[in-house]
Amino acid sequence: MRCGDFRESYLEDEKIFQSTFVKVWLVILLVGLVTLPLFANDYVMYVANQIGFAVIAAVGLNLLTGCTGQISLGHAAFIGVGGYATAVLITRFGIPFWFALPLAGLISAGVGMVIGIPSLRVKGLYLCIATLAAQFILEYVFINWEGVTQGIRGINVPPPRIGSFVFATEKSFYYLTLVVVVAAVGFARNILRTKWGRAFVAIRDRDLAAEMMGIDLFRHKLIAFALSSFYAGVAGGLWVSFMKIVTPEHFPFSRSIEYLAMIIVGGLGSVLGSIFGAIFMVLVPELLNVATGSLKGFFPNLTQIFIPMKEVIFGFLIVGFLIFEPHGLAEIWHRIKNFFSLWPFSY
Amino acid sequence: MGTTSHLNQPNQAADQLLRVDDISLRFGGVNVLANVSTSVAEGEIFAIIGPNGAGKTCLLNCINRFYQPVSGRIYFEGRDITPLRPHQIPELGIARTFQNVELFKGMTVIDNIKLGRHVHLDTGLIAAGCYFGKARKTELALRKEIEERIIDLLEIEHIRKKRVGALPYGLQKRVELARALAMKPKLLLLDEPVTGMNLEETEDIARFILDIHDEWGVTIVLIEHDMGVVMDISDRVCVLDFGVKIAEGSPDDVRHNEQVIKAYLGEQDLTYSRLGA
Ligand SMILES: Nc1ncnc2c1ncn2[C@@H]1O[C@H](COP(=O)(O)OP(=O)(O)O)[C@@H](O)[C@H]1O
Ligand SMILES: [Mg+2]
Repeated sequence: MRCGDFRESYLEDEKIFQSTFVKVWLVILLVGLVTLPLFANDYVMYVANQIGFAVIAAVGLNLLTGCTGQISLGHAAFIGVGGYATAVLITRFGIPFWFALPLAGLISAGVGMVIGIPSLRVKGLYLCIATLAAQFILEYVFINWEGVTQGIRGINVPPPRIGSFVFATEKSFYYLTLVVVVAAVGFARNILRTKWGRAFVAIRDRDLAAEMMGIDLFRHKLIAFALSSFYAGVAGGLWVSFMKIVTPEHFPFSRSIEYLAMIIVGGLGSVLGSIFGAIFMVLVPELLNVATGSLKGFFPNLTQIFIPMKEVIFGFLIVGFLIFEPHGLAEIWHRIKNFFSLWPFSY
Repeated sequence: MGTTSHLNQPNQAADQLLRVDDISLRFGGVNVLANVSTSVAEGEIFAIIGPNGAGKTCLLNCINRFYQPVSGRIYFEGRDITPLRPHQIPELGIARTFQNVELFKGMTVIDNIKLGRHVHLDTGLIAAGCYFGKARKTELALRKEIEERIIDLLEIEHIRKKRVGALPYGLQKRVELARALAMKPKLLLLDEPVTGMNLEETEDIARFILDIHDEWGVTIVLIEHDMGVVMDISDRVCVLDFGVKIAEGSPDDVRHNEQVIKAYLGEQDLTYSRLGA
């Protein structure tokens, strides 16, 4: 039983999952996630995979933007680097998926570090513009470096396999995605409770003071860029292996903005927030699709309106969240959690 | 001044922890510090006083390499630290607090304090992400040490989980002191630690400073306006006025120094009366 903020021992709060409440829910959640393919259809599993890729990439972006305070408008391009690197490593060099994926993450991290170099000198809006430039340069490379990327035709990517087992279906791939998501989320949570996470947040909150506390700003910013791009690269590699093809239009600028929206709606600087944000941004448009699809039956002559309405409602939902809960979905979750973890002993 | 004759012998006195040698600092043609030399012995509580704008904060900023003096050198433990960058200073064992609190407002009190230890932790990025074995032990040991040695000493148990931005000013100053202690300092630079505090808070902080000095054996350089505190706790006092060192010596010497009295008279009656008190 928990009573308010009282802790028997301060070492208790060094744990990630402090209350039985959280642990119980976590187990239920995991069981639910593992058994999901048993009763969900292929469409649901397709969406679940998409959510998984978005979670990985959003967690990465949140480490850079939410935690370290370096806004990136080029996240989709880093996802693209990972996607193309995976495709090229597998198809050209015959490297198995299992090695190609982490290698693609590293390649993306390397590109991210290069893009992060201006962060030594420029901050805020100016850095934004530098990352924006990266987005467009990389998009240009995807389209025009035909020798490697095969231009707008793209590259066909074979699905991952272990022995004779091929991860070719939505359901089988889902387990692969799930494992990577759990690892990526756990890694980020751990980073944030060690010296690295503290240094990132310190740079975000007050960079000059951080420097005087012994934090090498440039080095840590570069590491944040690398880490964030690594996550993006892995997400990209998984994604293209799932889609079985990589083409340039997978990684437009608008997708970079979508990722920013995810972490803002979910909660800046919060790993949990990245998860909520990714779910929200992937699921809501799908739900709106389903809703408009079924309404079409009743109002066949209003079909013209439904499609733009979808976008408008989505936009309003985002703005609504920002107005009513500026700290994001993660904050709402914390309030619910605090309510129930004390309940019915909330004295 | 005697110091100039030792210019070429940075290692001269072993008990000299910090030596500031003839430094000048300029901002847009204004001499903020003019040929200031001084030294601090190991184990001392050394106070820097002077009217507002005298250059006291700038002197600390030069010592921890945040400002680049146009001339002069700074030695710590006999080593020339003038070429170092600000982030390389904490590793040597120099920690500081700031006149206007410089905490990380989005972080909790405990995380702010932990951050002070940053340079002494060697957990790699991947080890940190796995949080297994040594990485975990390091974090737990750090937490334990902070709880038992720092939080206890500064009496901030009740706020450890609070976000710093939400705390009142007096407590923020205390957290900043805690963070500086977490840096394992040999030399602690305190910029106006009791300014803006009431009498009770002031007495608490003065007691903490003495505790830190006695129990941890930390050498302390302290900028302060409250003459009561300065006269009570410091071994030696250095007086700056318009960037020039006008006196240095025991609190009693300085209190009766004519130039010092003049410098303070020129500023404010209030300060003068506090000096006389
Ligand atoms: N970054 C800066 N740029 C320009 N002038 C500065 C800067 N920092 C301090 N000064 C000037 O240097 C002088 C000394 O300041 P400071 O060291 O803060 O005085 P104090 O003794 O009150 O701490 C002041 O006149 C101040 O205006
Ligand atoms: Mg000052």
